[in-house]
Amino acid sequence: MSFGCCCGTCGAVAVADGMTGYLQTSIGPVPRVAVRWTWRDRVGAWAVCWGLGRMRYTVAPGLYAVGTPTQEAPVLVTANYKLSFDHLRRALDGFDAWVLVLDTKGVNVWCAAGKGTFGTDELVERFALSGVAKVVVHRKLVVPQLGAPGVAAHEVSRRTGFQAIYGPVYARDLPAFLRDGMRATPEMRRVGFKLRERLAVTPIELVHRALPVAFTLAFFLASSGLGRHGYRLDFGQWPWIALAVGANAFAGIVLTPALLPWLPGRSFAVKGAVTGVVLGAILALFCPFGWLAGVSAGMLGVSACSFLGLMFTGCTPYTSASGVKSEMRWSLPMQGALALAGVCGWVASRFI
Amino acid sequence: MEYLSDVVTLRLDREVCVGCGRCLEVCPHGVFSVDSGKARIDDRDACMECGACARNCPVGALYVKNGVGCAVGILNARLGRKSACCGGAQSGCCSS
Repeated sequence: MSFGCCCGTCGAVAVADGMTGYLQTSIGPVPRVAVRWTWRDRVGAWAVCWGLGRMRYTVAPGLYAVGTPTQEAPVLVTANYKLSFDHLRRALDGFDAWVLVLDTKGVNVWCAAGKGTFGTDELVERFALSGVAKVVVHRKLVVPQLGAPGVAAHEVSRRTGFQAIYGPVYARDLPAFLRDGMRATPEMRRVGFKLRERLAVTPIELVHRALPVAFTLAFFLASSGLGRHGYRLDFGQWPWIALAVGANAFAGIVLTPALLPWLPGRSFAVKGAVTGVVLGAILALFCPFGWLAGVSAGMLGVSACSFLGLMFTGCTPYTSASGVKSEMRWSLPMQGALALAGVCGWVASRFI
Repeated sequence: MEYLSDVVTLRLDREVCVGCGRCLEVCPHGVFSVDSGKARIDDRDACMECGACARNCPVGALYVKNGVGCAVGILNARLGRKSACCGGAQSGCCSS
């Protein structure tokens, strides 16, 4: 919890970012959070989606107040990933509530629940540490539904005496959930994966893949120097090579996720390969590589896009580990074989 | 969107089930329904093995080998490295 102190939320002196002051309660001052996002929150939210400084994007675990919560106000549990916290407080505009932030090491609710850091033990311990039981008269805790892989509601009830109620998947549904007497509709319980959500994860994917893409580009640019007459770089080919590598990266990282529901098949390796076949055919037809290099570039494209499709499984909210393992078993060898054939053909084309 | 068919490890023991409906509540993909006082697996292929149902079943009627359906994480685990998957971009980090 060392990161908490730099934000000033441990001491009662400074008012931390996103806070508007302190609420005096029977258990001492409780930081009160702002419900509106500032430009800094917006920039921060944008930055974490691009993978910039996400490791530090935390809030201090503990109890917070939204509005002027009374003894009847609901208690909502969340993770100490600042973006999770920010979505929650923004959704609570106009409500009075208590927010209990668990220490998930700055990881969002769902991922932390999968790892067990957003779990029964942490919830029970943080609950006791926070003293929240002394500021409310009811006996209910609203736990985000996506925390359920880590939290056993019946154990929480047994160990705290508080009933754990699962709230909606998305923070934006909280107002409706709270107004309806803490009832979630079946729709609120479902995880979606709409175009917006699929594209929201592509920036960080682009950042993660930048280095391998750069290496691939360097390899093929350097390969243009190979030939029967010794090593001499062929700069005329460079724009085409750059175009081919760039188009493949774009197709595998942006197009496949964007077109996911419309690409044939259920396997991500197949979906990616389909994107790769279309792109590979276009590149082979329009790039002045010659037939052998063209076909090789096509094979490399299919291999790369299929592999990138498989890599995208980690960004989706509906792929099972068993399923991913099963498609890795047949697709990785095929992708490897295609890549090897592609590289051999590409290099061979330089010598004939 | 549905993922591969007939791969998941989800199992329900209807003999043990008490029909509390907790699994319906926590499942993010609507896999379950309650039928004559007991849970039923309606859409097994929609299961992503998150493990929420098994963790929250008060009588241990559900089994699922939970894991993260992420090729990067599985590769890393096989190569003996620490899983780098979920710290990254599992959906929800940016959207919820």
